[in-house]
Amino acid sequence: MSFNYNDIRAQFPILSRQVNGKPLVYLDSAASAQKPRAVIDAMVHAMEHSYANVHRGLHTLANETTDAYEAAREAARRLINAPSVNEIVFTKGATEAINLVASSVGLTLTAGDEIIVSELEHHANLVPWHFLRERKGVVLRFVPVTDEGALDLDAYEALLGPRTRVVALTHMSNVTGAVSDVPRIVAGARRVGAMVLLDGCQSVVHQSIDVAALDCDFFVFSSHKLYGPTGFGILYGKADRLAEMAPYQGGGEMIGIVSMDRITYADPPHRFEAGTPPILEAIGFGAAVRWLEGVDRPAAAAHEHALYARAVEGLRDLNGLRILGTTPDKGAILTFTLEGAHAHDVAQILDRYGVAVRAGTHCAEPLMRRFGVGSSARASFALYNTPEEADAFVDALHRASSFFA
Amino acid sequence: MADTIEDELAELADEFELLGDWEERYRHLIDLGRTLAPLSAAEQSDDHRVRGCASQVWVVQDPVRDGRLSWRGDSDAHLVRGLIAVVLRLFNHRPAAEILAFDARAGLARLGLTEALSTQRSNGLQSMIERIRRDAAAG
Repeated sequence: MSFNYNDIRAQFPILSRQVNGKPLVYLDSAASAQKPRAVIDAMVHAMEHSYANVHRGLHTLANETTDAYEAAREAARRLINAPSVNEIVFTKGATEAINLVASSVGLTLTAGDEIIVSELEHHANLVPWHFLRERKGVVLRFVPVTDEGALDLDAYEALLGPRTRVVALTHMSNVTGAVSDVPRIVAGARRVGAMVLLDGCQSVVHQSIDVAALDCDFFVFSSHKLYGPTGFGILYGKADRLAEMAPYQGGGEMIGIVSMDRITYADPPHRFEAGTPPILEAIGFGAAVRWLEGVDRPAAAAHEHALYARAVEGLRDLNGLRILGTTPDKGAILTFTLEGAHAHDVAQILDRYGVAVRAGTHCAEPLMRRFGVGSSARASFALYNTPEEADAFVDALHRASSFFA
Repeated sequence: MADTIEDELAELADEFELLGDWEERYRHLIDLGRTLAPLSAAEQSDDHRVRGCASQVWVVQDPVRDGRLSWRGDSDAHLVRGLIAVVLRLFNHRPAAEILAFDARAGLARLGLTEALSTQRSNGLQSMIERIRRDAAAG
């Protein structure tokens, strides 16, 4: 297996388009990644050749579609090395996966129980827990963030206590790119009997994941950042954890027996998959995983990091630039502010040069406050980006800065 | 100041037309924004904040004089402040009836700033124009 970014790039039809008369430089993959031909074709093929509802029919199309759909579950299992496919719950995204856990686990919590989150979290890993604070009186404890943009794990360990029930932390920050020290997080949680949920939306894109080795209770991620379609995500949960959890939504597919006065529920994972699922999205996700299995992922990660380093080097002499997130082994996420300019100004002007970056709070308002900034811009590098694109970004940012001088 | 909003718009359109490319138009827009007197911290209040904007936009109405309405506005983003300057140049010191009769969105599109006005980015501006029209309708 070898890694050649030009070969990779050629498989993404959208990357050859122009924006504002300039070649598109797509540096917003941390928000959502573009899709390779293999994913597009798999979804179109399903709609054109083999589509029906899953798990219900006995006819050929229903069987074929169910096979393709369940193959995606096996693909997810392989991707994160889960022990069993029954530990893979399909959701409509990482957000729903966290809501599912918060909702079901929340039923077992009482006022005064504690949940540990952090200042580094995406709102998707904060708001569902805030619901439990509002509704159940649980107490949220926030792990602070270091100046480098990583979790302060000494402070984390000091927060652990006899009432800690859940530890819900990011595996890789979508803003600072910092990678969390999972063994230490899990070891701390185990000492107090708390369960651990990892938000793997960013980490799963950039590194191999082994949930068995990580030993977390839950691991969530979305398909659309992993070169798959939107509207689809994965909740991995340890078998014994899922088995003790109450259903999240009710409907078809998730039941055992339904009578006038009693219902029983299906076993996991189907217990948590009420209604007709996102079938085409699952098939597209499965294709994305199989496509990734043909990529030398360590080489891809090294490539992404080289692009990040190249951009940082190119921006060294840019006055007023501040990079948020400076841990050594961070993901290829370059979040920054430019003195005297709002992130929206920067993003809007970069767009005129064909460069797509994210601007705003990145759904991480506590973190923006931690760094004392109202908003920031973010360039994120993916395996299909090129050194020339990193240079184009550097050049466009230098030009953009001249607008505010 | 031109006699009517339409005349002012024509002047602005001429101004922007003279500028060759988008870089010059953006620089001019940023310069226009710099002509706005910043609102005080007290005026940058929630009451004056316009909803639905990714960057912050504040609008303060001044007292009506001789039947003519005026506002001051501010933003934390340069390009948005420039757009505010354009809007205020069109609307300030005009009678309510003329303000309400003017189609601001179509007018602004004539300035070749359509990309700066695309839906997502113009949310704040759109809300600002709605606020101005509401003030005008009220009095």
